[in-house]
Amino acid sequence: MKIYDVIIIGAGVVGTAIARELSRYELKTAVLEKEIEPAFGVSKSNSGIIHPGTQNHCNSLKGRLCVEGNKLMRGIAHELGVDFKEVGELIVVFNKKDIPRLIKLKEEAEKLGVPKIQIVGRGWLKEHEPNLSKKAIAALYAPTAGILSPYRLVYDMIENAQNNGVEVYAQQEVIQIKPSKIRGSKKQGYFEIITSSKRKFKTKYIINSAGLFADDISKLAGIDDFKIKPRKGEEFILDKKKEHITNHLLFPLPAKKSKGVLIIKTSAGNPMIGPTACDCVDKYDLSTTDAGLKKVLSSVKRMIPSISHKDIIAYFAGLRPAAGEDFIIRHEDKVPGFINVAGIQSPGLTAAPAIALMACAILRQQGVNLKKKKIFHKTREKTTHLFEMPFSHTEKIIKEDPDYGDIVCRCEMVSAKEIKEAIKRGAKTLDGIKFRTRAQAGRCHGSFCTCRILKILAENSKRPITQITKKGAGSEIVLEKRCND
Amino acid sequence: MAAALSAYKNGVKDILILERDEYLGGILNQCIHPGFGIDYFKEILTGPEYARRFINKLEQVPRIEVSLRSFVVDLTKDKVLTFLKPGSFNRIKAKALIMATGCREKTREMVHIPGTRPAGIFSAGLAQKMINIEGLIPGKKVVIVGSGDIGLIMARRFVLEGAQVKAVIEIQKQSQGLLRNVVQCVQDYNIPFFCQHKISKIHGNSRVEKVSVVKVDKNFKTVANTEFEIECDSILISVGLIPENELIEMAGVKIDKNTNTPVYKGLNKTSIKGLFVCGNSYKVYDIVDSVSSDSEKAGQSAAEYLKRGKK
Repeated sequence: MKIYDVIIIGAGVVGTAIARELSRYELKTAVLEKEIEPAFGVSKSNSGIIHPGTQNHCNSLKGRLCVEGNKLMRGIAHELGVDFKEVGELIVVFNKKDIPRLIKLKEEAEKLGVPKIQIVGRGWLKEHEPNLSKKAIAALYAPTAGILSPYRLVYDMIENAQNNGVEVYAQQEVIQIKPSKIRGSKKQGYFEIITSSKRKFKTKYIINSAGLFADDISKLAGIDDFKIKPRKGEEFILDKKKEHITNHLLFPLPAKKSKGVLIIKTSAGNPMIGPTACDCVDKYDLSTTDAGLKKVLSSVKRMIPSISHKDIIAYFAGLRPAAGEDFIIRHEDKVPGFINVAGIQSPGLTAAPAIALMACAILRQQGVNLKKKKIFHKTREKTTHLFEMPFSHTEKIIKEDPDYGDIVCRCEMVSAKEIKEAIKRGAKTLDGIKFRTRAQAGRCHGSFCTCRILKILAENSKRPITQITKKGAGSEIVLEKRCND
Repeated sequence: MAAALSAYKNGVKDILILERDEYLGGILNQCIHPGFGIDYFKEILTGPEYARRFINKLEQVPRIEVSLRSFVVDLTKDKVLTFLKPGSFNRIKAKALIMATGCREKTREMVHIPGTRPAGIFSAGLAQKMINIEGLIPGKKVVIVGSGDIGLIMARRFVLEGAQVKAVIEIQKQSQGLLRNVVQCVQDYNIPFFCQHKISKIHGNSRVEKVSVVKVDKNFKTVANTEFEIECDSILISVGLIPENELIEMAGVKIDKNTNTPVYKGLNKTSIKGLFVCGNSYKVYDIVDSVSSDSEKAGQSAAEYLKRGKK
């Protein structure tokens, strides 16, 4: 059986960032993902914010890796064809007595090296955020905050990693980790991983980036000193017509356990409000609540009074994999070869590129020879989206490929060609298509296009239509097919 | 189709119909139940039959050009249309433009129903298309939210297809659909009908497993201690229609934000001269016969507008 150099458990933003980084080197690398597609765990619910680094302790991994990640992310997004937009963030205060806290946040941010940070007053806010409540008196402005699509990033990173030789195995839930005997003083051993589908993998090193289940995976390897306590966040998406209701990401002063309820600009254009922060027990509870909606609306109305519940067009919840105050990124000396990358909640997305570098550094420290490949495909052709090109370009590509003129999703203007391309690149489910192409994410939420997408998925993946799912086994859409073609 | 035929009858000879689907008839094609045409044709027809009557009339007038699978992506205030077809990109200018773009449904996402987002939640129209056009059964144990006509029709359809319809849940005091549909679709099939109730939570991670239902008062507030659960594998959402007027909004037509329909004095007219709206995208009608009458008026108005322009 093949022995991998590194197996990464978890294909979320962290796992795929590490995979992509490792794909530069001559290593046999594989990623094991328990869901049917990458990004279907924690990363799916990410807000897409690339944080500047404010609100982190200057001695924390969170702080350091966030600032570093913010810089690195731009280059990576560019290389992979992911749209990154620098929009800046404002931490807004309404009370004079909160100004000292704002100043302290500024000082901490400066210690961390967050660039261009400044405090702005009423006049600036009136000019640059006209819809912001007149009661806002000041804000901490961090211009280097940005936004991108979190799942797009994951897909594009894993695709690039695969293009550079990384193997990806989906629907492989790790259920057992057996370290082999260590021969002599040199660590020659390897782990044997067994998955739920009874497959076995052998690897010298394991990087555990299993998100919500990182503690369970770590326990399988024999390290049981941290616990992932899911913290639920409910988010509410607003109509795209409200895209310009804000110009920056708006934050309140941070609460004890979270950054508070925000008004978020997303890369799709729709504003998003949230998240809440509610400690949970169930790692599978992704329900939204009336209480969550009330809390979010009342919090954001304080900042932008004109936002109303009528603007809400969609909502979802995610679970943050919280494991204490800071990230847990370390080699576990008690189990040589096992590296934990756990508790990666906010600013995990931003920090991901820096976490990847840190993981490589840990491997080097452990004696792994990271030899650069002669040929590394650093770029990836940007995914074609009809909705983001000028008509002159649309005309050109339809001439080249008629399938681009065959519109499947009319709300977001997605062609049959784009859907087939998404399937080629790994989409197996309706959600996978939605996250990669935006088909089903528009006004009618799939009422018009779902039939067609089901048929294209069945045809292109050569499966019966009754096996097509929303997000993996158990979420089949069609219970029975009546007629035979 | 009615608008095109009417415009032709009133003297317009250069007419193009742009249809985004692969067949004419629109939503009528999936409405396989009877009850259409009682006013217009003095007969009881099914949706596809009603549509076929107009298609037949259209086929008698070869001068009316029809372009299927044509998707309009842009409309300007000068009535310049850009549309895509498989293999072609087109830009044309219309002297007069009639929008007959119908409605879309309000979905679960637009009304906050707490709980999870599993597979098995469908707008009633999507379920109707899946069953009636594609031959796919999306659910076996169904709860229907909203007693508008589409929800009621689908209640009967599911029963006829061998599924169990566990309940129709309506937040108002009475059904929002036609009385004949309440009788013929719900009462005749002994489907439990709960008025002044709403779904308080959707359960199920991968697929719908059950719903929690509560009673509400006349202000739609939950009445305490009335919660009960219904086991199901599907939830049909039938809570209203929204006229599809995003294209004319793009062109700058004044739109009423509450109804999503154009604001202008004068039947079928909009704030852009020569741009008319008819059918359900003008006003949500109860029966298709009214849609046809309205559309014929629009066709006539467009013809008159063009005649005035020629003088």
